[in-house]
Amino acid sequence: MIELLGIPPQALFGQLLLGLINGAFYAILSLGLAIIFGLLNIINFAHGAQYMLGALASWVLLNYFGVNYWWALLLAPIGVGILGVILERLLISRLYHLDHLYGLLLTFGLALIIQGLARNQYGISGLPYTIPSQLAGGQNLGFMFLPNYRGWVVVASLAVCLTTWFVIEKTRLGAYLRAATENPTLVGAFGINVPRMITLTYGFGVALAAFAGVLAAPIYSVNPNMGADLIIVVFAVVVIGGMGSILGSIVTGFGLGIIEGLMRVFYPEASSVVIFVIMAIVLLVKPAGLFGRTA
Amino acid sequence: MTAITDTNESTIVVEQASGSMPRHHLVIFALLLLLSLAAPFFLYPVFLMKVMCFALFACALNLLLGFGGLLSFGHAAFFGSAAYVSAHAARVWGLTPEVAIILGTLSAAVLGAVIGLLAIRRQGIYFAMVTLAFAQMVYFAALQAPFTGGEDGIQNVPRGDLFGAISMRSDFSLYFVVLVITFGGLLAIYRIIHSPFGQVLKAIRENEPRAISLGYRVNSYKLTVFVLSATFAGLAGATKAIVFQLASLTDVYWTMSGEVVLMVLLGGMGTVFGPLVGAAVIVTMQNYLASFGAWVTIIQGCIFVISVMLFREGIVGVIAKWIRKPL
Repeated sequence: MIELLGIPPQALFGQLLLGLINGAFYAILSLGLAIIFGLLNIINFAHGAQYMLGALASWVLLNYFGVNYWWALLLAPIGVGILGVILERLLISRLYHLDHLYGLLLTFGLALIIQGLARNQYGISGLPYTIPSQLAGGQNLGFMFLPNYRGWVVVASLAVCLTTWFVIEKTRLGAYLRAATENPTLVGAFGINVPRMITLTYGFGVALAAFAGVLAAPIYSVNPNMGADLIIVVFAVVVIGGMGSILGSIVTGFGLGIIEGLMRVFYPEASSVVIFVIMAIVLLVKPAGLFGRTA
Repeated sequence: MTAITDTNESTIVVEQASGSMPRHHLVIFALLLLLSLAAPFFLYPVFLMKVMCFALFACALNLLLGFGGLLSFGHAAFFGSAAYVSAHAARVWGLTPEVAIILGTLSAAVLGAVIGLLAIRRQGIYFAMVTLAFAQMVYFAALQAPFTGGEDGIQNVPRGDLFGAISMRSDFSLYFVVLVITFGGLLAIYRIIHSPFGQVLKAIRENEPRAISLGYRVNSYKLTVFVLSATFAGLAGATKAIVFQLASLTDVYWTMSGEVVLMVLLGGMGTVFGPLVGAAVIVTMQNYLASFGAWVTIIQGCIFVISVMLFREGIVGVIAKWIRKPL
């Protein structure tokens, strides 16, 4: 068997794939955070909790209603997105005239409530979610074994990320959105309903998080705390990438996932902190972030 | 970055630039002291010591958040690392409690300088995210480091003898030591807030570009207040480790950072006495609801939401509005 730097290729590519999957989640979540921040000017601390809700919703749909994975992939983001719209209308929309930090505090409180309720109902031990039969098994690629489901997660999240990028950068709707990010008053003067756009944007960002949650359900077991630790890493990803560019969020997310995966092969002790170390370096060298616009 | 305070709050908090304490503050401090001297005869001393440690912790964060306008979502890093260092010093090195506490506090100050240097390079929301991320890094370090005991933490930390002479084994004698530490910390923070340094800090909070144009080196002020805040948070954490004879992962986890933000928010950001009230309310609530598990988290979340939506001045802020005096 060939070895690269003393590491068997099976282990190396296995960890790379795992890194790619983590990177996919970082990308989708930081994309959602960036879109929400662009228009609402708040950091959605509840993003991790909403990701968890997506996973939990798919589990509930399967176990209580017999709804399969594919329908859950559609229904869970819609459901969680609607919940997001309600939260935005009821609570978040009342804070826009205040300092941005109040939005952070509010969504932190919401995250605590959502996680607490989930923990009360489902406990903290993970709920297993079986891989849908169409994606069970895997391919032997010669240099590594690729489980079908993991390949699907990477493809699906890339597709979602690129579609989002296309809609925002290349369509008329996206042009409105970008214009409203720059100057909401002017866009409103052209007869576009900006408050409704803000609400729908929040709903969409939340739905993205829930979509990532459904993708994650069969890989990680579904548990109420699955989003809490992840979202802090995603915050670091956002600081590294800066929130100025959609493509930047996607590239940073995948890139950092891969670096984390490589770290797990070559220096496992540091794998959990490598993203934070990179954040420190980026803060020193380019404080606005790799793709950030203003300092 | 604009300040985190409401504009109407700045009209309430009219500060004396001179060093003398306004009479009503003096009265409140005196009442607090009397109350704390009498309290251990009526209430469980360990509970009171917990309240005092968290009150000091919340006041430390308030120094940064309420007066510096910087929201740190990672103060557990300083609280927790100081707890680990003082627990390790007392248990493994066998040092006396006062030396252990000083070492813990110093380590928090050093950590504060490192994280502060990096964090002040970003403002507002990014500042909060950066501090949170670094605190999580400290958490992972505590999880893996050889001397922190991983999931178990450092248990059975000896309380030892103060100055090598006075036994601290009884809760009662320890209580008065903690009282001295807490009051010392509170008065020091009070002094910092009302010093010329504190006034400049407030100017930076209200209008940073203006402060820069007046010639103040804003970043060195921000770093100084960050380190001071981390140091007092460390003092609280180190004391807590000796009191509870325990330093654990809970002390460095993000939930701890969130809790202390909640205490400050509930009591009143930018008030002198708010964090004390916030800490007392939250610790009491945790104490009574401990058996309900996840409900504590849910209620804390609800308090967050209610505080942000309905009364951003906090409990003490509202009272200060009523009596038209800064508290």
